[in-house]
Amino acid sequence: MLRLEKLVKTYKTGDQALKAVELEVPEGQVLALIGPSGAGKSTLIRCINRLVEPTSGKVYLGDVELTGLSSGALRRERRQMGMIFQEYALVERLTVMENVLSGRLGYVGFWRSFLRRFPQSDVDEAFRLLDRVGLAHMADKRADELSGGQRQRVGICRALIQNPALLLVDEPTASLDPKTSRQIMRLICELCKERGLAAIINIHDVALAQMFVQRVIGLRLGAVEFDGPPTGLTPEVLTAIYGEEDWEATIEAVEEDDTEATS
Amino acid sequence: MSDVSVLIGKPWKKPSFIQRPWLRWLLILGFVGYLIVAFSTIEVNWSRVYAGLERGEKFILAFTQPDFTSRSSDIWEGMIESIVMTIASSVVGIAISIPIALGAARNVAPLPVYLICRSIIAISRALQEIIVAILLVAIFGFGPLAGFLTLSFATIGFLAKLLAEDIESMDKVQAEAIKASGAKWTQWINYGVQPQVMPRLIGLSIYRIDINFRESAILGLVGAGGIGATLNTAFDRYEYDTAAAILLIIIVIVMALEYLSGVIRARVQ
Repeated sequence: MLRLEKLVKTYKTGDQALKAVELEVPEGQVLALIGPSGAGKSTLIRCINRLVEPTSGKVYLGDVELTGLSSGALRRERRQMGMIFQEYALVERLTVMENVLSGRLGYVGFWRSFLRRFPQSDVDEAFRLLDRVGLAHMADKRADELSGGQRQRVGICRALIQNPALLLVDEPTASLDPKTSRQIMRLICELCKERGLAAIINIHDVALAQMFVQRVIGLRLGAVEFDGPPTGLTPEVLTAIYGEEDWEATIEAVEEDDTEATS
Repeated sequence: MSDVSVLIGKPWKKPSFIQRPWLRWLLILGFVGYLIVAFSTIEVNWSRVYAGLERGEKFILAFTQPDFTSRSSDIWEGMIESIVMTIASSVVGIAISIPIALGAARNVAPLPVYLICRSIIAISRALQEIIVAILLVAIFGFGPLAGFLTLSFATIGFLAKLLAEDIESMDKVQAEAIKASGAKWTQWINYGVQPQVMPRLIGLSIYRIDINFRESAILGLVGAGGIGATLNTAFDRYEYDTAAAILLIIIVIVMALEYLSGVIRARVQ
């Protein structure tokens, strides 16, 4: 469904963030992208919807090649890619409802959005989504009145109301406490399953990634170092991705978490 | 690694901004010397000051008995003219400033647009209000039209520059999130940028209304209409009591605007 071919990103400073990354994501698969800071995880995600322009290479979403699209065609393709951000990236001075409805901007005309007269079906869907994440009563609150976990739920609603085929998720739990982090990850994965969405989740918490996804990609210095199921993350693999460190504790913690989650 | 025992027991001082001591002292002494020389060139004619004190006293005493009545119709007319000038020029100036501010923000506009808008701002800021007013009075003749145009022009330089700077320092990620949804440029501005800069825009606008009102009192001195013209006439006729009344009214209005802007800015956060 999503295919990256020899994707390269070289920044103006000369830093090569991505070195010919090849990746194929089938329909409905949730995968985690792990790797140390600066490995190019954020860049990779942003090159897919071209918030960052890739230097060379190709990105296929279904049959459409994204890197060569005009700005109008790119906007239409972006509607199919919902994005969830680190630190939520809600527009703080807008209400929760406005933030959720902003996910529909690609579908409605300027004046409708300017006057906040969204189609009834969009408003209904927004309430349904907010209710699904337990925030329907907060619709008219301003986004900056919400707690971190609540904000990220609104961010999830904003991405889903686009009715996307693919979710691009950039460090969804980076500024959340451990419990809220799990709840958010669980919510994202459940929603992906419900709607048959594919998702690429950037995450630096390896244990959390292992708990929820079917496939893990390890990125190191802009190149894919590991691609396999979460059980394949042995100490040797983690050392290859992150460098030398005692990994036993991390892996043990995951096993405990697993039993806890299933029991 | 340096041996820490060498450092123990020694006092610590913040390193000087200018490292070389001789350069540092040269700059300090040079500056002090210049100040002394500069002040010594100011010539004060003390006998003239003594003679002037009497006029000053009359002027100040006039404030104790301001005359609102004998020229009340002139004052009223001038005041209305000033207020109309202020409101009209602020509305027009702000309306023109907003698109220019968008064009002058590097993170929103492409380079050619940016350069054009920045030069408009630079021109507006380079030309002082009084000079613009003299020019426009020469073109359009005496009266509030010249004042209105001057203030609109000056508003652009002020508001567009400060608003553009606010747009440039906005939170990039919030705007990015709107872009990622497939929004058009106009929608992106409306949802991603506008909410972030709105408090600043409102605060600056009120501040500019305040400035425009005060300027309108000055512009009258060069014939651009408003309460300044009335004030000028009062001075020319040595009617200090009327002048005092006008100044008091201006002070009251400016203070009222100041209070109002405080209230509004506290509301819009």
